[in-house]
Amino acid sequence: MTAFALPMASNDGGFVPPTISDTHLPDVLPWMTEYGTGLGKQMIMVILSVVLIAWFFKAAIRNPKLVPGRVQFFAEGFYSFARNTVGRDIMGEKNFRPWVPLLFSVFLFVLLNNIFGAIPFLQMPSFSHAGSAYAIALIIYFTWIGVGVQKHGIRYFKLAVVPTGVPGWILPLLVPLEIISNFIVRPLTHSLRLMATMLAGHMIVVLAGSGAQYLIMEQDSILLNATGVGVIAGSVAMYFLELLIMVLQAFVFTLLTAIYIQGSLEADAH
Amino acid sequence: MVTAAVILASEGANPLLPNWWEVLVTAVAFAVLLFVVKKFIAPTFEKTYTDRVEAIEGGIEKAEEAQAEANALLEQYKAQLMDARTEANSIRETARSEGAQILADLKAKAAEESARITAQAQVQIEAERVAAVNSLRSEVGTLATSLASKIVGEALNDDARSNRVVERFLADLENQSNAGVSK
Repeated sequence: MTAFALPMASNDGGFVPPTISDTHLPDVLPWMTEYGTGLGKQMIMVILSVVLIAWFFKAAIRNPKLVPGRVQFFAEGFYSFARNTVGRDIMGEKNFRPWVPLLFSVFLFVLLNNIFGAIPFLQMPSFSHAGSAYAIALIIYFTWIGVGVQKHGIRYFKLAVVPTGVPGWILPLLVPLEIISNFIVRPLTHSLRLMATMLAGHMIVVLAGSGAQYLIMEQDSILLNATGVGVIAGSVAMYFLELLIMVLQAFVFTLLTAIYIQGSLEADAH
Repeated sequence: MVTAAVILASEGANPLLPNWWEVLVTAVAFAVLLFVVKKFIAPTFEKTYTDRVEAIEGGIEKAEEAQAEANALLEQYKAQLMDARTEANSIRETARSEGAQILADLKAKAAEESARITAQAQVQIEAERVAAVNSLRSEVGTLATSLASKIVGEALNDDARSNRVVERFLADLENQSNAGVSK
């Protein structure tokens, strides 16, 4: 009965659900606020991720051995995943080599920033902020367009939007669709897929946290306090689901990067 | 309440509107990461990878080489063993035939020797017989003469006569023996 009473309790004005804005923490340097930099936890984590990735992989292969040690083996696992599973399998033996550093960087950058959401105290995926997702998706957007133009010249735009092997009368219908799909929708989905999954996961954590806090700290009934413990237990399950999604989205983001670049390289092949 | 303060502090609640500083920071951070990876990390990984492939392939090649060498040696040893066997057989054959030859030679030599010894013995026997006959002849003559002189009682001092008598006696003896033989 108490559980059904919960919504009524919140209607009473006691519980304020957390909003998106709660994911934007106050500035770390308060005197910078007037410049609107928003230099906060999120930006520091982005920078931290770069330092961590560069430091770890540099250290792991400082003294590379043919028979790898434990750390080197671990590091090589990431590298060969980006190199072989994503790069070589998607882009093909002929093209993938120059793109391995980019794919590796994208994968590790997104992965670590996502995993930040599962680490206590950090507990926030950097890409739950749209700005970061837009930034990296834009870099990749310009990269694959640049690759297409470099490889095929200005003809690339025609190759990208005019499908071959379709009857001429359907082209007026198809070309605008291709333009929208390739050059407008693609970067948006690329970035928003990442941002939305991370934000949703983060909101669940925030909601569970504030809900549990409200139920345990601000309710007098012992039964309501007990449901607060139930919320925490449920959030542990969500935590592991979220962990899976974090890794999966990093993989998907890298995979799409490889597919887009591959599409530009071989724009004349289809 | 803390949450209310945060809502007031933040600019807007639309999650799709970016903070442009975040865009900038992320882009620059990613560029730095990409640079570091491209410059320092990826080449080392690639080099390690290539070295490993080379080491493995080199090891396989080396093993194959050793295998081929061992096979060649084995063939060589087999051939040598075959040669040795043939040679031993031929040596055995030669020895056998030589042995037979030597045996035959020895047999021939022994036969020759025995023939020679036999011949020599016969010659000696013949000579001894002749000597015996001669000495018998003179001794029988003397004995017979002295016997006869004793029997007759008359000294047969006359050599001519005694010789004659002996001759006659012997001739008689021979005649008798011849008659005995012819009989």
